This record gives sequence, structure tokens and C-alpha cells, in this order.
Amino acid sequence: MLLRSLQIPRGEFEAGTGWSLKREGACRGSVCIPLSTQPGEAVDVTEVANDLGMPLVKASRRKLWALGPASTGGHALTSAEAPELCLPDLNGQEFRLSSLRGQKVLIYAWAPY
Amino acid sequence: MWQALRDELHPKGFELVTVGLDTLGGEGCRTFIEAARPAHPSLIDAHHVLADLFGITNIPMSVWIDENGVIVRPAETAPAPPRAGPPPGVNLPGEMPQRFVEMMTEAAKIRSDAAEYHAALKDWVANGAASEFSLQPHEVVERSRPRNADVALGHAHFQLASALEIDGHHDAAVKHFREAHRLVPDSWTFRRQAWSLETVGDGPFRRFWQGPTPDDPSAWPYHGDWLTDVRAVGAENYNDSWRP
Repeated sequence: MLLRSLQIPRGEFEAGTGWSLKREGACRGSVCIPLSTQPGEAVDVTEVANDLGMPLVKASRRKLWALGPASTGGHALTSAEAPELCLPDLNGQEFRLSSLRGQKVLIYAWAPY
Repeated sequence: MWQALRDELHPKGFELVTVGLDTLGGEGCRTFIEAARPAHPSLIDAHHVLADLFGITNIPMSVWIDENGVIVRPAETAPAPPRAGPPPGVNLPGEMPQRFVEMMTEAAKIRSDAAEYHAALKDWVANGAASEFSLQPHEVVERSRPRNADVALGHAHFQLASALEIDGHHDAAVKHFREAHRLVPDSWTFRRQAWSLETVGDGPFRRFWQGPTPDDPSAWPYHGDWLTDVRAVGAENYNDSWRP
């Protein structure tokens, strides 16, 4: 996920990474990884990234960072439980994958190039 | 083609969600989406979060998710539905640049397991968890793309590159795209995205050139390009073969 600050609201971290921050740690589906400190409403990205083994790359001379995904399990998926996917449509309207619960869904990736 | 299939399966409790992966966002995807007039959700993924979240490495690829939000097939090649008749006429300019003739020759060799894939999709929509194509959770995780620390770092470089490109810092973006390509050598989308931003001219090929221009090949900032890389792996290996 892209960051303009390394202190971000908890909800933003959860939406951007797909990991929920709970009492037992950072969780994805039933898989939880303990955290060194219990995050409050603001998340110290550097610290949580370190706990989860997420790479953090900074753009030179700019307040812009990219936080890469966790690689702890050795696979792109840590759990078969689908992460929330929240993306805009052509009109900028946000769509949530979870709004389709109760239906079978095929996510189809394409590109115009 | 996908629209017709979606309309057929939608009454059976199925929905298609198409996601356009493009740093240029809606600007890059608009003409394609407007031409398709989709009835299903059609989303824009400017920074390729599908790569992070699901391990998408090429297009077209799909992920199947059941009624409970559980992935039953991880990212895999998703060929277009088999056509009933001849392909529709393609409007190509009368005179094709030599590079495009060569690219289309390679593209014609790309494997498509469309018949098997679409039969499996219909079977899953009809039979759900009882379908032999619906995988168990542990199989889903094991079959998802391998990811080590280098791959994860490459994803971060890619997103940073994408954001820098949008902010107008193209040269800085190129440096991070190159890192992403080095660290995630099996991602075609990371390469094709970067190549597509090196536009050539204003014509219909501007984003499809995907390689050095004949006028100034030394200006090409990347190690590979579409034609060279596809030939290196062999067009027939460009897509993974369908695995039931």
C-alpha cells in the first residue's frame, strides 16, 4: 500500500494491507501473527511492518512510501479467506468485494495494454 | 464474450467482477470499459493491489470465491470463453509496423485452455463445493503464487513506481519499476505495465509497442521488452497450462 505518512489510522492500515489488527495480533482469516505492541487507533507502520515482515520502501526526497505485502507463509495467500478488496469504478464509486457475499464471484484481471 | 457468459451464469448466483490493472487508472481503461458496457462491477486498480492481495502476475487471470467469501481457486490464467463463430473483424491499420507483425505472430502461439477452463467454471457454478474444481483451503494457499521477501520487496517497488509515475516523476518511477522487474521476474503485469508507459507516437499502437523504438533503441530504459521476453520463454509457455 502507498503511504504519505508512517503514522496512519488503524482502519486505513487494515484496508490497505488486508490484515486486521486484533488483541491476538495481526490476523488474516484464522491466521494471526503476534505484534510487539498492541496498536491503538493510530498505527506505527514501521513497527507493524517489522513484525509482519513487510518491506517498506521510501521514494527519495519525497514523503512517499510503499509498504509491500507480508511473505511470512511463503505464498501470496496466507489463508483461503478472501481479503476485502475495495476499488473504485470508472466514476470513482468505491466497490467492496464483501458486498457480493452469498454469490459465487469470479475476479477477472485485465489491462488495456 | 465474458459479458455473455456472465449473463448466462448470473441467474445461478454468480457474479463477474472485472478489474483493470493500470497505473493510468480510469483514463487508461475508459474506452475499453465504455465499449464493453458491463452490467457487472467493473473496477480500476491503479496500483495493482490484486498482485499484493491475490498474487496476480499476468492478464488475463482470475480468482474464484465462493458464497462465504472463501477462495476456491487462487490466481490462474483465465482464457476468454471459446467463440461460437469466427472472431469479430479487428480494425487494424492497413500498414502494420514490422514489430506488430512479429508480436501478433508470437501472440498466436500463446496457449489457451479455454474449453477446459470454462467447462470447469460452469461445473463449479452448478455444483459449488461438490465440484471437483473447487479446491480445499489448504490447496488454495499452496497453489497461490510463491512469495519470499524479495518478491514482497519487488511489490513495494512496483507500487512506489506507479505512484511516482502518476505524480509526474517518470524517471524516478523507471528506477523502481526496474527494481520490481529484477525482484519479481515472473510477473508479466509488472513488466507490461512499465513498458506501456513508454509510449510511442500517438497512434493506436502507442501503449502496445512494449519495446524500443526503431529510431532510438538505446533510449529504452528496461532490460527486456514484450517480443524479446516472450521469445525467451517461448510463447507457448506464456500462460501456465490449466491444472484441474
